[in-house]
Amino acid sequence: MRALRIDRSVSRFAISRIAASVSTARAAKISSLEHVTIDLPECPGKGWMTLRPLLTGICGSDLALVEGHASPYFEDWVSFPFVPGHEIVGLLEDGTRVVVEPVLGHAARGHKPPHPDAAPGDGDDYAHLALPPLKPGIQTGFCCSTGGGWSEHLWVHESQVHRIPDSLSDEAAVLIEPLAGGIHAALMAIRSITQNEHTEPTTEPVIAVLGAGTMGLAAIAGLRKFAPSAKIVVGARYPVQHRFAAALGATEVVSPDDLARAVRRHTGCHMVGDYLSSGAHATIDAVGNSASVDQCIRLTRPRSTVVLMGMPANVSVDMTGLWHRETKLAGSYTYGTENLPDGSSARTFDLAIELAAEIGADRLLSATYRLHEYADALAHAGASGARGDFKIAFDLRPINKESH
Amino acid sequence: MPRPGFVQEVDRSTPPQLFWRGENFSLEKLPADRSRVIYAPEPHDPIKDIDGAIRHALLNPIDSDPLPELLFPGMKLTIAFDDVSLPLPKMTRPDIRQRVIEAVLDLAADAGVDDVHIIAALALHRRMTEDELRHALGDRVYDAFAPHGTLYQHDAEDPDNLAFLGATPEGEEVEINKRAAESDLLVYVNINLVAMDGGWKSTATGLASYRSLRHHHNPQTLLHSNSLMDQHRSELHKSNWRMGKIMRDNGPKIFQIETTLNNDSFPEPFGFLGKREWEWNARDRATFVASSKALNRTPSSIARKIFHSIEAPHQMTSIQAGEVEAVHKITTENVYKQQIVEVQGQTDILTMGIPYICPYNVNSIMNPILVMCTALGYFFNMYRGKPLVREGGVIIMTHPTPWEFNSVHHPSYIDFFEQVLSETTDGVRMHKEYEKKFAEDDWYRHLYRTGNAYHGVHPFYMWYWGTHAMHHCGRIIIVGGDVRAVRRLGFTPASTLNDALEIASDVVGRTPTITHMRVPPLMIADVK
Repeated sequence: MRALRIDRSVSRFAISRIAASVSTARAAKISSLEHVTIDLPECPGKGWMTLRPLLTGICGSDLALVEGHASPYFEDWVSFPFVPGHEIVGLLEDGTRVVVEPVLGHAARGHKPPHPDAAPGDGDDYAHLALPPLKPGIQTGFCCSTGGGWSEHLWVHESQVHRIPDSLSDEAAVLIEPLAGGIHAALMAIRSITQNEHTEPTTEPVIAVLGAGTMGLAAIAGLRKFAPSAKIVVGARYPVQHRFAAALGATEVVSPDDLARAVRRHTGCHMVGDYLSSGAHATIDAVGNSASVDQCIRLTRPRSTVVLMGMPANVSVDMTGLWHRETKLAGSYTYGTENLPDGSSARTFDLAIELAAEIGADRLLSATYRLHEYADALAHAGASGARGDFKIAFDLRPINKESH
Repeated sequence: MPRPGFVQEVDRSTPPQLFWRGENFSLEKLPADRSRVIYAPEPHDPIKDIDGAIRHALLNPIDSDPLPELLFPGMKLTIAFDDVSLPLPKMTRPDIRQRVIEAVLDLAADAGVDDVHIIAALALHRRMTEDELRHALGDRVYDAFAPHGTLYQHDAEDPDNLAFLGATPEGEEVEINKRAAESDLLVYVNINLVAMDGGWKSTATGLASYRSLRHHHNPQTLLHSNSLMDQHRSELHKSNWRMGKIMRDNGPKIFQIETTLNNDSFPEPFGFLGKREWEWNARDRATFVASSKALNRTPSSIARKIFHSIEAPHQMTSIQAGEVEAVHKITTENVYKQQIVEVQGQTDILTMGIPYICPYNVNSIMNPILVMCTALGYFFNMYRGKPLVREGGVIIMTHPTPWEFNSVHHPSYIDFFEQVLSETTDGVRMHKEYEKKFAEDDWYRHLYRTGNAYHGVHPFYMWYWGTHAMHHCGRIIIVGGDVRAVRRLGFTPASTLNDALEIASDVVGRTPTITHMRVPPLMIADVK
């Protein structure tokens, strides 16, 4: 089968990091990503089945790999060579159309789940991610034992698949995984407010979101759904991001440089130097670099939480403000089982499937490419914001096949 | 003998007209046979013996006892003065306020008065810097009073230092500076640069609180002030005059001192800016070319410093003192004498070049909101009778309109531009939905009271100032402005004057009449 595969090559990672400063397309050509013909790995075991991807998205973490920006942290949590791609909608062998919850959790790896009905992402011990029978891999798309979505076939475990309704198009379904990530971050932010013993209860919390790419928009949609009275203040770089953020429920959308002032207006606090005296009740950083982390700390009220949704890798931040303000930095990696504001619980993916239909998620899919056009696809994904676009995906459907 | 104002009909032989463009200017050719240019009267001769005139006014006031007879030992005397927004540009030292205040202080000393406070009547304007206070009052006054805390600036947000004097029958609350209200005598020292200034507006506005100001600084009042330069047709002035009655009945005795200046606005080498183009000599033309080319290459921050360092040679043409209304009647006549130009009929298109300065950006940036206010709040309102531009007509202004703000002086302007104007340009709606939040914002209040920031509500007032023009005109076009900033204002951007005229043709047809206001120097069009 045809696939895009990435191999471990320290020298190529370094070169592609340099090339990425010129263009993602150049980085893709130089990196250890190859368009190859390979065999599907051996079946990992009981409960596994083959999936034929229909559409697979290109995520920021995929781009980080191609561009050589991924953190060395992942060295021990992935297994080379692997086929990337974890935002997958596809068909099982019996023709069932599903989306993949890509975390390779306890059930998929034959380990005891942390609790009955646990989602793949649940639990507080990551040992299973690096232990046999599978090779290390935090997710499908980072593990050589399973394959990934940037290929014609891969293995998926029964614990990973979610059937999707016929009414939901492939184009909307490929956004479910990022939507789940956004919902998870949104719920983390909301819980950080309701559980914050230092803040007076409020029915209209101010929640800031820095960044309005696909993940930022997903978080905005999640916040609006689960905190309907919140004032969601968004810093977005491009005009199209402004429009989509507003359409998905942002109270106010401003340029990233103006986000602190906008938060100040809504909270009525002071600005002391570059810091707000108080600030947002919670902030979601959907960018994930030094400047964004620094900015989010400055505009979040003391003793409150900054949720890091954008994968930050190496950052350099003056942490004095964080120390003085007793700010909590909380990573938001994926999804699992969520405790909702009304006291109930639900799987993040189930919430995302509902939300994808509610918001018409297909409008966030801006362009698709065939697998062999990977350099163009990655270049487009790397510049999607500047080009007025959001999600870019590989189209693995037979040519001329209509989407659902 | 200074020549009166003049309306030049443009024909093919008429030289191009000067248009201000912020910290620069250009020459523009207006269409022949349907354009005209209005020039201000030439600067009137100043009073030769200024100190003598001041003393004469204080000793021979109108409808009042002479000032020495109002002064007595043990009394509380407060002297209030107009702030940094006047005059424009700042005048060469000694400022007229210094001369008047020194004369008042001399008389106070002669009378044995030792409880004297001097207050900058800045209403909701920014606090003046020490340099600005020294420029306005002179070093002698500053050094004698400031170190002892008896020279200070009015604080419209200090509840402990405001006094409520009552309300008008219309429900307008009159609340002014407590020290001024509780004084045995309040001497107000005014500079009447335009007809809008002075009278009861000096005290009822300059020394008032937000609680009081909101009754006349609102869209309804300003929509019905036609024009602000015509007191008898201005709701703003009627409101101030009603408040004046409350002050006269319940407040301190007031001794009003009003001065007028001539319109000699620019020193050499910028003297050509005040001249009519066909009278430019070779040196004027060379200076224009050299300065405009140099300014094109000069960073705006440096150009701004150069222009704001200009000290105008304008000098006092009259001074009158005594009872507020009687004094102001004469002052207004003197302003009109210097500034009135008779103009026959209205025009389809009114053009104006917006200079680098307005009352609210002294030593600061002319941000987009102030560009709007200068054009629509001030220049449009420089009329008596009817507006220069007909109802449904077009205003075309030239200014770079940078998306740029002084964060120290105009913090709430930044938020107003970002938040309010992105939602609405309707003054009534912003008044209802946003004004209170800005007015009561604790951070803006803090910066106004302790820094050099305009009050949080001030950008709203600037917007309201343009309300009448915005309702009156069919389209407003800015030539050479930052396109995004111009659109945020709700106006139409154009690259050149010709483009602007083409755009305007959608509203006023292909052969509209055009009138260019050649300001500054300031003028008032008496439209017949």
